[in-house]
Amino acid sequence: MGYDLTLRDLHDLAEGAAVLGTGGGGDPYIGRLLVEREMAAGRRVHIIDAGELPDGALVLPSSMMGAPTVFVEKLPSGGGNVAAFRALEEHLGRRAHAVMPTECGGLNSMIPLMLGAQLGLPVVDADGMGRAFPELQMQTFGVLGVSGSPMAIASDHGDVCVITAGDNKRMEQLARALTVQMGGASYISDYPMDSAEVRRTSVHGTLSLCRDIGRTLREARAAHADPFDALTAMLAGTLYSLGVVLFRGKVTDVERRTVDGFARGRAVLRAIDSDDVLELTFQNEHLVARRDGRVLAIVPDLICTLATETGAPVPTESLAYGQRLTVYAISTPPIMRTPDALACFGPAGFGLTDPYVPLEELLPAART
Amino acid sequence: MRIGIDVGGTHTDAVLLDQDMNVMAEIKTATTADVTGGIVTALSTLLERSRLDRGRVSAVMIGTTHFTNALVTRSRLARTGVVRLALPATAALPPTTAWPAELVDAVRPLVRLCHGGHEFDGRPISPLDPGELKRVAADLAAHDITTVAISSVFSPVTAEAELAAADILRAELPHLRVSLSHQIGRIRMLERENATIVNACLLDLADEIVDAFAAALDTVGVRAPLFLSQNDGTLMDAEHTRSYPVRTFASGPTNSMRGAAFLAGLADAAVVDIGGTTTDVGVLTGGYPRQAGTDVDLAGVRTNFRMPDVISIGLGGGSRVTPGPDPRVGPSSVGYRLTEEALVFGGRTLTATDLAVAAGLADLGDRSLVRHLDRDLVRRGTAWMAERVAGLVDQMRLSADPLPVVIVGGGGILMPPDLPGVPEVRIPGHHGVANAIGAAIGQIGGEVDRLFLIGSQQSRDDVLDQARAEATDLAVSAGAVPSSVEIVHVDEIHVNYLPGNAVRVIVRAVGDLDLGRARTPEEAPQWATT
Repeated sequence: MGYDLTLRDLHDLAEGAAVLGTGGGGDPYIGRLLVEREMAAGRRVHIIDAGELPDGALVLPSSMMGAPTVFVEKLPSGGGNVAAFRALEEHLGRRAHAVMPTECGGLNSMIPLMLGAQLGLPVVDADGMGRAFPELQMQTFGVLGVSGSPMAIASDHGDVCVITAGDNKRMEQLARALTVQMGGASYISDYPMDSAEVRRTSVHGTLSLCRDIGRTLREARAAHADPFDALTAMLAGTLYSLGVVLFRGKVTDVERRTVDGFARGRAVLRAIDSDDVLELTFQNEHLVARRDGRVLAIVPDLICTLATETGAPVPTESLAYGQRLTVYAISTPPIMRTPDALACFGPAGFGLTDPYVPLEELLPAART
Repeated sequence: MRIGIDVGGTHTDAVLLDQDMNVMAEIKTATTADVTGGIVTALSTLLERSRLDRGRVSAVMIGTTHFTNALVTRSRLARTGVVRLALPATAALPPTTAWPAELVDAVRPLVRLCHGGHEFDGRPISPLDPGELKRVAADLAAHDITTVAISSVFSPVTAEAELAAADILRAELPHLRVSLSHQIGRIRMLERENATIVNACLLDLADEIVDAFAAALDTVGVRAPLFLSQNDGTLMDAEHTRSYPVRTFASGPTNSMRGAAFLAGLADAAVVDIGGTTTDVGVLTGGYPRQAGTDVDLAGVRTNFRMPDVISIGLGGGSRVTPGPDPRVGPSSVGYRLTEEALVFGGRTLTATDLAVAAGLADLGDRSLVRHLDRDLVRRGTAWMAERVAGLVDQMRLSADPLPVVIVGGGGILMPPDLPGVPEVRIPGHHGVANAIGAAIGQIGGEVDRLFLIGSQQSRDDVLDQARAEATDLAVSAGAVPSSVEIVHVDEIHVNYLPGNAVRVIVRAVGDLDLGRARTPEEAPQWATT
């Protein structure tokens, strides 16, 4: 059933979103402040289940596109996401019933909450990534046949464009080029859907999942309990079902290079009391975890780097020599593991040659 | 000869170092509410004890908690104007967003969002509007506000807008004191702006403190240049402090770690500082503390300052002992009441110090008062403390290679001569005044932190060379001996989702203080407010 988000829920949701960001997706902090200001002004954030949408209603996602580094420096005006949303409504000639996230991991978990509060619209508790991914076509919506465009993109300067693209990958490329001209960050509404499409093509319950992850970490800290044990117990009852500690160690090497605007790299962790070594490969988000060349977890399953003492998520851009981290993996729901889904955002979608093997099948290797 | 002084909440310590950095004298005095008085007492006691000719003092270095305390206690903060150059961007999160309400009440900032600012690639967001800034000046005057913080979007990439706005405001209000964000912090608007506002609030107090320090030197007849410790372990001259008081924040832990390593003759070591209530553990690499990767809260305000990576636990000389088959020590502590409450001092509380005395690790108070303690409790309790500290050192280690440990602070008596898994434990002489030593040995630094675009015109090597050269120039212009300047830190952070290869490069250069070039406070020109 629907519920109003409390301030404490919001803080929990932001931390859980950073966990599901799997090292990328941008720090939700600025987004959380934006939502806090809406709530302080007396506006509410109302979250509804996809099942609560009336049949035939229009739902428009909302998110930011571009560099989180720009977003934390050139802070938003607060009007860009509204402008994109309204422009898409106008283009479609219909009013939307609700807003929803495309990406529950990282900063983009927060943008639809802000917009929902600004416009007085409910926010659907579902998204199209179930985590964070770097590109607009990497969505279950598109994998299951929804067209990303027409989409609208807006800046803080009053610029608004509507894009109708040949396919979702071309939409990504066109919107990326506009984003650069808009200063490196923009606000978008894409993948317009009706209620049935939302129910059929989205990963359900992911905003509440973020909130529950954040709450579990907070409560474990307060009780001086192991945050990872608590997380594993909590995830067992969700769509994601399995969470497991893959490795504990210290960062001994980080190597980064930028390719086409994406930060690719690898990080090496060494166990504290043995010579065991884990290697993480990332492209903004973590893609693969390997020990002695053997894959322990691979995209789209989630590979999260969390501070060993607190369970606090550590993004790939902050990885640094000497950090004490726990690598924690979470299995993805079935909708993200179909052959079409894997072709889009599985190993092949990132140019990796390793085949996808589900986390639960790799687990025996992880435990030896 | 140089003098290092550490002004803490309770004690003011001072040390005298000769030109080869040998410790010639050290003293500990009580910190006084009157700033000048405390320094005069410390200096005159130190000089009397060493019978030194005052003319031979070539520099005085002070590490102080005055500015941190002013912010934490929300006292003596000047009412400040805040101008952000950014419109139409950033309006959703105005300055002082997410500040604690009590601090906003204490500072009562006059906030104005104005046009200006730049994109990441240097294109203007919107042109400055002189009329808009003149109206801001009129508002500041109407409210009798004499300090202002100016922040502009992407000012670490181009400072043009902040400099031009400062000129317009000063043309209207010639006595206005201005803090510019590109001189204070790094990329990330809110955090940099926060530090700039805090800095502006402290400008009046900075004048007062620097004047008081200078008066103290004058009173004892020391005519030597004065420097203050910064949070990264380097020094800034007193006149600079009038413009950048916020840079003194957290210099205490940094000085303590650097002083400890210096005393032990180590550049790479873990430093364990054990006080009455807490134990802090940090790691030095190349003589400087490893810096924390996370954001730093100053009195509830988020900033992106670099602070030393230190972990703390509640274990110290005054920690209470919970007896039992598995005895525990701390985290609760009798603190400064140790000399009344501990058993060895005739009190009734079993403390960590009592265990250390009973175990023969220390000779303090009256030993006979702990003779009755259960031998097993003493053995297990002291072993538990040593294991806890060894565990912290292990957590902070960077590699499988064992790290030597330097122990400082009054609680050092709790530790046995050997720690489990640690190759070498040193408790150096003068360890009680490690903070003041850390201040005295401070060097001069320069730092570059900006976005660079790597492309056909500039290769990665060109960019790094340019950043190294700029950092070196900054260190030299701040007073370092050119031949001594070394690059101590290089970091490249690739920026996601930007065209080409945008890289944020951070380079720090550090060199020895050029005492020949240093000036006494009287000789120095009045520092320009930019």
